[in-house]
Parts: sequence; structure tokens; C-alpha cells
Amino acid sequence: MNRDKLKSQLTNLGIHAILISGALFMVFPFAWMILGSLQTFHETTLGTFLPEQPMWSNYYDAIVAMNGAKPCVFDPAAPLDILTREKGCMIVRYFFNTMVMGLGTVLGVLTTGTLAGYAFARMNFPGRETLFKLLLATMMIPGELTLIPNYVFMVWFPTPESWIATALNLPNAEPHNWIDTYYALIIPWIATVFSIFLFRQFFRGIPNELFDAALLDGATHSRFLISVVLPLSKPVLITSALLTFLGSWNALMWPMLVTNSPEMRPIQVGLRSLITEAGTQTQLLLAGATVTIIPIIILYLFLQRWFVEGISNVGIRG
Amino acid sequence: MTVQTPGLIATPKPRHAPALRLRRLQEISLGYLLLAPALIILIVFEILPIFYGVGISMCDWKTGAALGVEGWQRWIAPCVSFIGIDSYTRAFTDPAMWHSLLVTATYSLISVPVQLGLGLLLAYLLFQKVRGQQAFRVLFFMPYITSTVASAAIWAFLYNPDKGLINSILTRFGVPEIRWLSDTTGIFQVLLKPAGVDLPSGLEGPSIAMLALIIYTTWVFVGYDITIFLAGLGNIPAELYDAAKVDGASGWTLFRHITFPLLSPTTFFLLMLTVIGTFKAFNHIWVMTQGGPGDATTTASIYIFKQLFQLNRYGYSAALSFILFFIILILTVFQNRFAGRRVVYD
Repeated sequence: MNRDKLKSQLTNLGIHAILISGALFMVFPFAWMILGSLQTFHETTLGTFLPEQPMWSNYYDAIVAMNGAKPCVFDPAAPLDILTREKGCMIVRYFFNTMVMGLGTVLGVLTTGTLAGYAFARMNFPGRETLFKLLLATMMIPGELTLIPNYVFMVWFPTPESWIATALNLPNAEPHNWIDTYYALIIPWIATVFSIFLFRQFFRGIPNELFDAALLDGATHSRFLISVVLPLSKPVLITSALLTFLGSWNALMWPMLVTNSPEMRPIQVGLRSLITEAGTQTQLLLAGATVTIIPIIILYLFLQRWFVEGISNVGIRG
Repeated sequence: MTVQTPGLIATPKPRHAPALRLRRLQEISLGYLLLAPALIILIVFEILPIFYGVGISMCDWKTGAALGVEGWQRWIAPCVSFIGIDSYTRAFTDPAMWHSLLVTATYSLISVPVQLGLGLLLAYLLFQKVRGQQAFRVLFFMPYITSTVASAAIWAFLYNPDKGLINSILTRFGVPEIRWLSDTTGIFQVLLKPAGVDLPSGLEGPSIAMLALIIYTTWVFVGYDITIFLAGLGNIPAELYDAAKVDGASGWTLFRHITFPLLSPTTFFLLMLTVIGTFKAFNHIWVMTQGGPGDATTTASIYIFKQLFQLNRYGYSAALSFILFFIILILTVFQNRFAGRRVVYD
């Protein structure tokens, strides 16, 4: 008996040893980032681990560096000035743009995903399976292929307001394309095959009995969707929103391509230019990286259950 | 009176037929209506670009540029010179294209087993109801949510030969300095060097830079695999384990005969996802090595991107994208046929 106990304790120890080394491997770069962001320039060149004295000023310097070497000011009399390049603070603007882009995309994805997911999961119409398979196949298309055509579309498409203005022959109406607008940052991303797939899987998991009961009561599909399915769908809505928001937050290539002015750029593009500008000033770019990572990590820590649940759902029923 | 069950809808009595037909018509049109918003977006930004891409790939865009079309218009300049499938035939005789495919295959062949193996191991251990399971899960998943720009910056710093932490730890153990991201020497060569062996270039194995890249991408994605594996493990009925334990099975036998076969749908799903992912991989490689040093980490995606943005060969890069797309498609179909058949569904 005692030997068995010893054996199981040893196994436990072994399991923990592997898991802890795994966790260290995962966390170590983050620890290194935060510690590095607090070092002096001299310390970063020596491969130091712990800074002798934390240089919190690195964060201020990084924010100023992002702002074109000009200190950030907040004027309580004109709070919105903080979003302008001349009077404000670019990092605030970058975060603001990311929020607009993220929230807009999330709203779109939830709408299109719910509707299409429901149609694919619960309705009968000719071509349903073929259409769905076709959509899944588009997931295999390398992004480089659609990049140029989509960029060209951004140049072609008029913004709705400028289009209406020119159509109505309003004075000063000038056609304006989607480059440097939130349209370009949001609209191409408001429907993704992945989230349609997520919604479809979830809706297929709703018991048929509920559906049959509603049908007997004379409920139509739209009634059923609104009053039965949606209230049950909190998990898939939250998950899909989170994963979409995460994608927006971390987007780089597309925003870089379709924005020219710094005022329209999201935070990752801002970080990217800080990294190019900071050059060898490692402590500054690590401070910048920390600032952009912290909000998403906090969001994740609070809502991690939903991240995990959503990703798992795809796996199980996939 | 019998209660009408949904099954009756499929075999209606004749006199209900017109009403039911109307209902059916309503369902069909509502179905398409619900699909419309998503389909419009996907058609405009996913499907149309493909056809547009076909057009681009059959044009000689250099000629368009020579006509003096400038600015963004050079990208939509009329197809002045239709060259048909020339770009495709050229691709097949382009050694750099074959090299990029070889790099992609190497990257995939090492990444996929490492990622899935490590993911399965950690998930299986986590699943043994260890203390702090939740905390481990959270930590393992963190790299996945971190932006590529930020994580690549951190790792570039870690890999820095002179001031990076990895080398400063390794040198303490007497390992000579490694130029992680800029060394194209094969790892077998590096390992055998102390023994005085000089390998021919074909046998050197993947380069140090490739290894560094794979370590980094494993760090990013393994948390995702763990999460999916854990979900799969949770789906295996506990009674099966109990029954096997009664029969005296334990440890490896349990894993070999219960866990692994019953986990196969999850493993298969992840395998497909990871293979497609590694063949499409772009962001992490681009921000980390930009395909360098030389072309040591120039995967197909990187090669296409370079053709596009550094050399402005729109037609050629579109043709290459199609070739890559078909390779991924064939791989997926192949996996579905052969691996898919061996999956155990309960």
C-alpha cells in the first residue's frame, strides 16, 4: 500500500514538474518583457534580467515617442482634443481607433453570424449544404490572394455619405473612397466563415424538441430565433464577440495597407511604427508592447471561460 | 384526433398541400434572406477577389506599369497584355518557388508534430485533475491572445545573440553563442560539429533560424491546441476508464487503448487545422524573420508577399497564391480520405 502511495506521489510530482516547466516557458517571455521595459538602455545591452531600479519613465518616453517626440497633454476644457495629432496624444487615438474598429466588427459579425448560422443549422432550402461547403473551402484561401483585390475595392468604393452627397448634387460634394476611413477597417470583416461555423454548430446543438414544440405552437422561424434561440445563445455570442474583438485588436497587415494618415491607425500599427522608430532602444519598444498587451490580457483574465468554451466547442463538434 | 407530429409535415394530406407549399416557399425565401448579409460580404470580399485574382494572374502587369500608369491605378490598369497561363508555367520552373514550398513543408512537418505532441502531453497531464489546473490553462493560453507585433518584438529580443536572455543563459552552461535568427546552418550540422563531422548540404537539416521560428510559433499556438484537446478529453465517458481500471489497466495502457483512440476526432480536427495553418502561416514569420536570413525561412506565403510588395509582380504573385491554395486543398482532401477513415467516432 505504502509503495503505491509513494508511486502516485512521484507521478504527481512528475506531472507537476512538466506542467510547471511548460508554464514557465509560456510566461517567461511576458516576465522578460515587463522586466525589460523597466531597465535602463545600458542594462538592456548587457542581457540583464532584473533592473537595478525600475525605470517607470520608460513608459512615459514610449508614449511620447509614439506621439512624435511631443509630450501628451490633456485639456479638460476640450477633452476631445486628445484625439487629434496636433494637440492630443496619438496613443489615445490609436486605442480609440482600435475600439471603434473592434466594436464595429463585433456588432457586424454577431448579426451576420446569427442569421447565417441559423439558416444553415435550422432551415431547409436547396443548396444549403453545397453553399456551406463552399464557404468552408474559402477558409483555405491564402490571405495574400485577396489582399490586392480588396485593396482595389477600397480605392473604388465611394463612402456612403459622399456617394449620397454626389447623387443629390449637394454643394462641395466630393467623391471619397474607403481609404483612411473606418469603413475599410470594419466592413470587409463583418462576416467570417469561422463565426458562421461557430453559430451553426451551436444552433445545431439546441434540442429538436424545443423546435418542434415551438412549431406546434405555430411559431415561425423568425419568432423561434428571437424568442427561443437567442436567449439560449449567450455562450456563442460572447465567444464569437471575444474572438472577433481579439482579431481586430491584433490586426496589422490590413490596417497598414488601407490607412495612410496616423489618425486612422489602430494600436498595432502604432506599435509597429514605434518599434521601427525606437530601433535599438529596446526598453522603449518593450514598454510600448506592454502597454498594448495589458488591456487584452486583463480582458482575457476576466472572460477566459468564454474564450476557452468557444474554442472548445469548435473542436468537439467540428 | 391524433396530435400532429413534425413528421407529418413531410407527408402531408393532399388537401393541406397548397398551404404547405406556401409554407415551404416561405422557409426557402427566409433562408436565403437570413444568409444574405453574410453572403454579400463574403462574396464581395472573399469570392470576387478570387475571380479578380484569376484575371490578375493572367495579365502582364509590368507592361501596364511601363505604360506610365501610376499611383493606385497601376493595380487596376486595364490588362494591356493577356498572357494566359504563362505565370503558372513560369512558377513551375521557378527554383525559388520550389524552395519556398520546401521551406513551407519543412516548417509544417516539424511544427505540426511538435505542436500537437506537446499540446496533447500538456492537456493530458492537465486533465489528471492536477491542483491549479485552471491557472495552468490560463497561462498556457496567454501567448495565443498576444498580438504578433508585440510577441515578435519580445522574442526577437530574447533571441538577440549579444544581449538576449536565451544566449546569456546558454553561455553560462558553456554552450557557444547561437545566432538564432540569422544562422542558416542546419541543426544536424550544428549538433555534429563537435564530433568533427561535415554533412553534405542536403543532410544538414532545417536551419537554426527555422528552429528559432518553430520554437516561437509553438509558443504562440500550443495553448490553443491544449484547449481543444482538453475539451476532447472531457468528452470521453469516465465509465470507460473505470471499466478498464477494473480490468487492471493503468497509465500507458489506458492512454494507448482508451484515450488516444477516443480522442482521434479531436486530434484529426486539430491536425487539419494545424496543417492548413502552417501552410498559410504568414504574420508570425513576417514580423519575426521577414523570410530571412537569405531565404532560409521564406515560406510560400512569404515568397508570394515579397513578389507582391517588394517586386510588384501582381500577376505572378496571384498565380503563386492559386498554386498554394490548390496544394492546401489537395492536402485537406488527402487527409480527409486517409486519416479521416481511421478516426474512431463513437
